[in-house]
Amino acid sequence: MVKKILMQTYLWILLVLLYAPILIIVVFSFTEAKVLGNWTGFSLNLYKSLMNTGAHHSLMNAFVNTIAIALIAATVSTLLGSVAAIGIFNLRARGRKAMGFVNTIPILNGDIITGVSLFLLFVSLGITQGFTTVVLAHITFCTPYVVLSVMPRLKQMNPNLYEAALDLGATPMQALWKVIVPEIRPGMISGFLLALTISIDDFAVTVFTIGNQGLETLSTYIYADARKGGLTPELRPLSAIIFVVILVLLIIINRRAGKVKR
Amino acid sequence: MEESLPVFVFWNELKCNFATGFYFREMQSENRPIIEVKNVSKYFDDKTALDNVSLSIRKGEFVTILGPSGCGKTTLLRLIAGFQTASEGTILINGKEITQTPPHKRPVNTVFQKYALFPHLNVYDNIAFGLKLKKMPKAEMTRKVMAALKMVGMTDYEYRDVNSLSGGQQQRVAIARAIVNEPEVLLLDEPLAALDLKMRKDMQMELKEMHKTLGITFVYVTHDQEEALTLSDTIVVMSEGKIQQIGTPTDIYNEPVNAFVADFIGESNILNGTMVRDRLVNFCGKDFECVDEGFGEDVPVDVVIRPEDLYIFPASDRTKAQLQGRVQSCIFKGVHYEMVVLCDGYEFVVQDYHAFEAGMEVGLIVKPFDIHIMKKERICNTFEGRMIDENHVEFLGCEFECAHVDMSDKSKDWEHLSIEVDFDKIDLLDDSEDGILTGEVKFILYKGNHYHLTVLSDWDEDVYVDTNDVWDDGDRVGISVRPEDIRVTVK
Repeated sequence: MVKKILMQTYLWILLVLLYAPILIIVVFSFTEAKVLGNWTGFSLNLYKSLMNTGAHHSLMNAFVNTIAIALIAATVSTLLGSVAAIGIFNLRARGRKAMGFVNTIPILNGDIITGVSLFLLFVSLGITQGFTTVVLAHITFCTPYVVLSVMPRLKQMNPNLYEAALDLGATPMQALWKVIVPEIRPGMISGFLLALTISIDDFAVTVFTIGNQGLETLSTYIYADARKGGLTPELRPLSAIIFVVILVLLIIINRRAGKVKR
Repeated sequence: MEESLPVFVFWNELKCNFATGFYFREMQSENRPIIEVKNVSKYFDDKTALDNVSLSIRKGEFVTILGPSGCGKTTLLRLIAGFQTASEGTILINGKEITQTPPHKRPVNTVFQKYALFPHLNVYDNIAFGLKLKKMPKAEMTRKVMAALKMVGMTDYEYRDVNSLSGGQQQRVAIARAIVNEPEVLLLDEPLAALDLKMRKDMQMELKEMHKTLGITFVYVTHDQEEALTLSDTIVVMSEGKIQQIGTPTDIYNEPVNAFVADFIGESNILNGTMVRDRLVNFCGKDFECVDEGFGEDVPVDVVIRPEDLYIFPASDRTKAQLQGRVQSCIFKGVHYEMVVLCDGYEFVVQDYHAFEAGMEVGLIVKPFDIHIMKKERICNTFEGRMIDENHVEFLGCEFECAHVDMSDKSKDWEHLSIEVDFDKIDLLDDSEDGILTGEVKFILYKGNHYHLTVLSDWDEDVYVDTNDVWDDGDRVGISVRPEDIRVTVK
């Protein structure tokens, strides 16, 4: 009995430690106080002022940039990653293993390293840094995740499906569209959602590739804001909204993963 | 008269052409092969999957390609389907060469072992897949899909999710999906292997019925010899990438061409024997009348007797018995009993409806036409080799000590020798380190009182060994030969 209580307590302490920071942000997004930690009564004013684009133009601008970059990067990396996964899957065993290894390196590689190396690459190629370079950088680190999420679908697939389609008169292209793509679609969607969240989240790579043309994403904006002294209060409701959105996306991904297993 | 001659000749030629034209058209519909495989080989890296295979399949035939796993039967089917391309040789369908044609342009359809239905489509859309690609009008398509469903006994299943179907039902849908395209040839790659026995038997009958109704050519791959005997018009027995025998089920069963076929198709007693003269064969120390001729006199042969062709009875009636022995074991097999009888040191497998308990003294009789004689492919190992010095010879890629050879005659070619070693003079050793070279046991044949093994040596040459020791398929063994057992002859 005591053992059981101890186990329960341990679990709850852990959960509180993990989620306390997020909970604090969410709770304090419903009050007006300028300084985080002062409770001045329940209010939705911060949400209202966030929606009022005129007042916090730069914050909303950063938010829109973040979403635009994430959507473009996720879409492109989903396409690239799926095609790459199909290619890798059709290699011989040794090549497949080697490519799988090469694919995991960027995932395990530190973001700072990726950021610095991309920065050096863009500089040495003479590309002006801005929106395009950020998108390119995000595509770079999102694609391996898509490959990782599409691969298991290919491995589960009946190896004769592609041949069956050819056998029934489909050209290789038709077989790809009508049979392979529908089969790996769940993996592609999971990969897309994963890429989306990773892209929204990213700071290290973004900060190295964003240049100095005044472009801001959410993460760089918050960083700059914090350094100026004190966070803009409207960040609290924004963080709360992003948290909820990400949470919903995560639940969707997990549900899909569960379905695939069954 | 002279002037009219050319005209006459021309007329005759015309008549002749006309006649042959007719003749050929007749040939086309009746006897012309729909599939011709000519000298096809297929290599995967350095492995040979098919070795110079030639095969001709007539229109409307039910042909089964039969063999143990890894014999190249599936590779052959995949070459015909176009999923793989031949390394050498040509394949013709309907007289047109299609060796390099991609699968979607071939007039064949395939039924896969694991069904390979499209999981994201329902039954109807699976079957309609090929028709949709052909842009067939909807009404006609629906009619054809329904007809195909009816053919496989799956009416009313059209809107079911394929994942909700049982294995047998999935295979029916897979067959419907193939035949709805009205292919000239239907290829089936072990389609029933994943089903349970009862289901398999039912499906066999249905496939045979379907073949009759559709009238198209079926090429069926299986490792199940019973299935092959049940279904086929023609059986192609394959082993190690080569065709061993092509024939009707009765031919293959009753007249196997070699020990492999005899052993693989059904159960059989295979013994060493000697053809004394025409219609008389000696085995197990006794002479037996048989119906085979033309082997010559005192020629070593392989004798095949099917277990059901041996008549067994109590030993009390000694005058009748051709062979006398004692029952070693008796197993009930459902319809019959299977007994092992030891006669003069030779074991015979006998099947009978009556049980004779182990330890009983029994007599055996075999009728002359139930004895099948096969020419021996070889009577001893023959290798190519060369002399190293007067006491050493090289063959199988290794150096062997041999009995002293007088090499003083320089006119002889000591570099190209024929080396002979008897089957029972080759020693197999447990520890592969101990042998002069090593090999892998790849085929075991029980010959009544000893095992005849085929051992693949390190340098890809077959060594044939007679032994009383029990080895398993795939065992690594050491091979050695005593010096006095090596016979050296100059070519």
